[in-house]
Amino acid sequence: MTWLKSLAYLVGLPLLLILIWWAATLGRPNFFFPAPGILMDTFGEVWFGERILSDVLPSLGRLLAGVAAAIGIGIAAGLLIGSVKWLRALLEPTLEFFRAVPPPVLVPVLMLLMGITDSMKVVVIISGCIWPVLLNTIEGVRAVDGVLSDSARTYGVAGWARVRYLVLPSASPQIMAGIRQCLSIGLILMVISEMFASSSGLGFTIVQFQRSFAIPEMWSGIIVLGLIGVAMSFIFQWTERRVLRWYHGQKEVENAG
Amino acid sequence: MLVNEKPAVKDQPMLSVRDLKKVYKTDGGDVEAVRNLTFDLRPGELACLVGPSGSGKTTLLKCISGLMAPTEGEVLLNGTRVVGPPKKMAVVFQEYGRSLFPWMRVRQNVELPLKNHGVPKAERDHLVDEALEAVGLAHVPHSYPWQLSGGMQQRVAIARAVAYQPEVLLMDEPFAAVDAQTRADLEDLIRTVWKKLRVTVLFVTHDIDESVYLGERVIILSSSPTVVQEDIIIDLPEDRDQLNTRALPRFTELRHHVYEQIQLAKKGHRPAAAVVS
Ligand SMILES: Nc1ncnc2c1ncn2[C@@H]1O[C@H](COP(=O)(O)OP(=O)(O)OP(=O)(O)O)[C@@H](O)[C@H]1O
Ligand SMILES: [Mg+2]
Repeated sequence: MTWLKSLAYLVGLPLLLILIWWAATLGRPNFFFPAPGILMDTFGEVWFGERILSDVLPSLGRLLAGVAAAIGIGIAAGLLIGSVKWLRALLEPTLEFFRAVPPPVLVPVLMLLMGITDSMKVVVIISGCIWPVLLNTIEGVRAVDGVLSDSARTYGVAGWARVRYLVLPSASPQIMAGIRQCLSIGLILMVISEMFASSSGLGFTIVQFQRSFAIPEMWSGIIVLGLIGVAMSFIFQWTERRVLRWYHGQKEVENAG
Repeated sequence: MLVNEKPAVKDQPMLSVRDLKKVYKTDGGDVEAVRNLTFDLRPGELACLVGPSGSGKTTLLKCISGLMAPTEGEVLLNGTRVVGPPKKMAVVFQEYGRSLFPWMRVRQNVELPLKNHGVPKAERDHLVDEALEAVGLAHVPHSYPWQLSGGMQQRVAIARAVAYQPEVLLMDEPFAAVDAQTRADLEDLIRTVWKKLRVTVLFVTHDIDESVYLGERVIILSSSPTVVQEDIIIDLPEDRDQLNTRALPRFTELRHHVYEQIQLAKKGHRPAAAVVS
């Protein structure tokens, strides 16, 4: 019974929205807003063919590579910068500057430097995704509790063991918050990196449809993006609940007491 | 004579605090937490340290454990100057809630220091089981620290220190947050562990009864600026129990004496030796 209930919560609003949409398109057909039925048919035609292989999967692959690299590099560099005081003082203003540069403006520059390649697109994604992970990790490393740190020191927990058992778990709530932002930025940049001078990929395909006034096809592409976003969010939440079990539990106890 | 002379140190002291001074540099100016402290602990001694709040007890422990460098003076462990956390020393902190790893279960918390020093799994398991059993927490090895009460958390911290088998055990008001019954049990636990392992213990408390019941010796600190107000031997029988020991006339005498000294300390009375400094 409970899973039925949670399923109802999950699909309730989407169903309602589709219903409203359907009702709105009922009387007067609009060129720019196709009815749900038409869109459904288009969706199947457009995306369940060779486009999965030629556009969707390569895009997803680049997204995954970019996000994974951003998370990896962001955490590693964040641990280092957060632990070394002078390094942090030296780098922090510069990092804030780079974080403030909107990544899309880098696309033409990177295109010139690297050509229109897969790696260029991955680098675009990394260049935008890395900042929230990096800066949050630095913040998290700095916020390690003093007493806990003293405890670890007195028991000789130092070096890599300190990172593994103290710093990393202690910073994990901030790191996860950074990763959450990183994922949504990643999806945006995946699309943007394919919009300029590209010849395949989800972003390219959607722009292509738009330019040729294939409106239902364009919408179906947008829906694909939305679904990818939802899937990523679910995977993230599932992971977060496991990684931060202790954190949420502790917060709950603190709030209750 | 009620007050014994400071014992003559024949063998080398385990722990030696020499002219220790600590001044905190803060934005609001310098804070002198400890003026000048000198005392020795013999191997296997159980000493209690009492002193008014703010007299620098925590500061002293941090200097002894190598977490903080003293402004002047030095700490010697087995004759070697302490410059960082020594391997064979364990500390139980005052802030029990913040000294355990909230992302590890009770067992992992107790096990971590041993694992970190490469103690083999079988031996580790044995030590952890024994320590948890000793503090009466054998039934919650899989709980997280934050799922336990304050007193239970502090017992985990004690178990972690005991399992580590240190040569020197420093404890900073470890029982401040536990109820009277648990406290009595834990006091007996500390004495049992001490007798069994013959570990050198420095136990900070603000509870006079506790210091007399627990210690073989009580070091009384003056109020700030801090010096040693008095250093007395507790000549109670080695086997102590909560009911009988506390009912001894000698217990009452010693307790009375410590109490008086602390009152003097609070009023700012300085021991003759320190007045000149
Ligand atoms: N990090 C610090 N920076 C500046 N001053 C400090 C710091 N830590 C302690 N002090 C000051 O040093 C003095 C001694 O503090 P300490 O915590 O050692 O006292 P204590 O004897 O442990 O007190 P309590 O019994 O309340 O725990 C106090 O005046 C305190 O304000
Ligand atoms: Mg203190």
